[in-house]
Amino acid sequence: MSGPSPRMGRSLLLLAPLFLFLIGFFVWPLFSMMSQAVSDPAVLRLLPRTADVVGEWDRQSPPSMPMQTALMDDLRAVDDDQALGDMVRRLNSARSGFRTLMSKTTSALSDTANPPPDLVSIDKRWEKPEFWIAIADALSPLTDRNLLAAVDLGRNAAGAIEHLPADQSVNRVILVRTFWIAALVTFFCACIGFPYAIIAASLSGWKRDLMLAAVLLPLWTSLLVRTAAWFILLQEQGLINDFLRAIGLIDAPLALIFNRTGVIIAMTHVLLPFMVLPIYSVLITIPKNLMPAAASLGAPPMRAFLRVLLPLSLRGVASGGLLVFISAIGYYITPALIGGPGDQMISSIIAFYATGSANWGMAGALGMVLLVATLLLYSVYARLSSDEPGRR
Amino acid sequence: MEHSLAEFIKFDRITKFYGPLCVVENLDLSIAKGEFVSLLGPSGSGKTTLLMMLAGFEQATSGKILLDGAAINDVPTHKRDMGVVFQSYALFPHMTVGENIAFPLQMRGIDKAETAARVKQALDMVQLSALADRRPSQLSGGQQQRVALARALVFEPRVVLMDEPLGALDKQLREQMQLDIRDLHRRLGLTIVFVTHDQSEALTMSDRVAVFNKGKIEQIGTPREVYDEPATRFVAEFIGETNLVEGVVEAIEGREATVRLPNGAHIVSAVSDGVAAGQPVYLSIRPERIDLAEARGEARNVLETEVTDSVYQGDHLRVQLQNDAHPLIAKLGRRSREFAPGTKVFAAFSAGDCRVIAP
Repeated sequence: MSGPSPRMGRSLLLLAPLFLFLIGFFVWPLFSMMSQAVSDPAVLRLLPRTADVVGEWDRQSPPSMPMQTALMDDLRAVDDDQALGDMVRRLNSARSGFRTLMSKTTSALSDTANPPPDLVSIDKRWEKPEFWIAIADALSPLTDRNLLAAVDLGRNAAGAIEHLPADQSVNRVILVRTFWIAALVTFFCACIGFPYAIIAASLSGWKRDLMLAAVLLPLWTSLLVRTAAWFILLQEQGLINDFLRAIGLIDAPLALIFNRTGVIIAMTHVLLPFMVLPIYSVLITIPKNLMPAAASLGAPPMRAFLRVLLPLSLRGVASGGLLVFISAIGYYITPALIGGPGDQMISSIIAFYATGSANWGMAGALGMVLLVATLLLYSVYARLSSDEPGRR
Repeated sequence: MEHSLAEFIKFDRITKFYGPLCVVENLDLSIAKGEFVSLLGPSGSGKTTLLMMLAGFEQATSGKILLDGAAINDVPTHKRDMGVVFQSYALFPHMTVGENIAFPLQMRGIDKAETAARVKQALDMVQLSALADRRPSQLSGGQQQRVALARALVFEPRVVLMDEPLGALDKQLREQMQLDIRDLHRRLGLTIVFVTHDQSEALTMSDRVAVFNKGKIEQIGTPREVYDEPATRFVAEFIGETNLVEGVVEAIEGREATVRLPNGAHIVSAVSDGVAAGQPVYLSIRPERIDLAEARGEARNVLETEVTDSVYQGDHLRVQLQNDAHPLIAKLGRRSREFAPGTKVFAAFSAGDCRVIAP
């Protein structure tokens, strides 16, 4: 006799494909990519006995006998060369010298005829706490190295967070560059998109349709095609330079491609619809008689705009700006094709780690930084837009 | 001086085309200072366009608009100093009621203390002092309209223009606002130009009513004049209800004409200039001026008719009559006796109760 439950079950059944799709193709890949950034099983997998005893160590005194025995037992038990290689790479990245130390140790341990009594007898370096600290730190299944490295931070020997040396610090520069390019693109989109939307909203009939089509048409074209079109237009022998030279405005061709200018031009064009459409949709809801009313009350056109139309359309500008900015910080193809080496954005670095160097941990960590930045921006936007009680 | 007072606002041969469409044609109209003039007409008659040209939202195709003797055709809206009240209120949704009313004062650079005082005064005037901090969306339609009114009056404009300001309100509220606006007009000595398509609204509020039709003014006069002495068939039919009976003028004596109806009956009626003997005309007889009796009485004009229907409408009794030539409607006071359909009655009215209208 439970009335609503069969209907409830049926509606959930109808939603099931959507949920399955979301989980399978969005939540799970996102989660696994993110977990790559913080998971660190390479060492723990091979050194379970060491993990048991190192936990009690004070990280200062020389390694105790049980620690050395446990590590020797673990190393003797390893039969997977690739896993061993992963572990050595992981340890070497934390403490240089591990590669030679490990190869020396494993070859000594494989000498079954003459087994060494302890690790220190194989190599004096095993006396030093630094190498054991590196092992102890690497034994945790979770790590913040990738996340810290994504913003050019690392842990020193004492475990405190500090800046990485300058020769390893590129991510922060690229992150700042990414946000700067995105901010510039957002600014130019607003400068072009706001007046464009105002004109489109003030027209009617075929003129309005034409203006909206001019915005929408590029949106229906492939991003690659649009970027390639700009590639052709911006070249030294491209249409723009040829035209400017033909009318005598310039003598030498302008450098429009493989630099920041080209990236900004192309990205502004590609992202313009995302600015125009939200502003337009807000503008058409503003009653047509407000501006005449302001004029009749004594407001000159510019003041009427600043006091009436601008505050009422800011919501559209804000959502358009957010949309453009969030899209822009994830841009990859356009900077890759139009930009120079100094214009590569964070996505290029992520792509390099993911496909170039197979460092999924770093790729995931940089992706996470991007995601957090986006979520922060979104929460700011949500706060701003909920503070506007005038519109209902 | 008297000349400029009587012609405080002057439309001088104003014509307005939208593309090939002529919406206002060669129109002259003068409005005196302190006068309340209604522009009354059906939609598309050009009344709103004329108001928009006065406000500066539209440009006349030709002709001149003068305010206090000076042409204002090229003066932009924000320098015309006219308060406009729109049908849809046009309040600024992102400002409070108080900020809306302060807006015109801020635009004129009036200092904060005086602005606050005048906003308060304006809110008191429309009895909304308690709502100064609300937003327009939190107010009812009637309250919003009062805010719009306060905003249009607070800067003491030279002229107040109202574009069907009461059209969106329900009947009871509308009638209250009509009286409120009329009261404000008298108290503050405002010059008001009021556009409406509601004839009872125009009659209630105005000093003079200009009846618009097809881009022209058919008649302008006091409410009593346009109702009692309609100059054209359009005015007679548009304002109030009337009986229009065709006839031919037989003779004119002073202000009275004798009109022969198609069935041979003769009616003596008031007449204005411009009608000649022998001319085919209409007679306009207001239904409420007709008395019904079973005996032929002493009245100047008596028509023999038969009752076809009779409807009780609360405040009056509406009787439909028919004789051998034309139908007739009579509105009788609620104390009148009932008339059953088929009853033979005499419809009586004096010469002053009907008008001769040239077709």
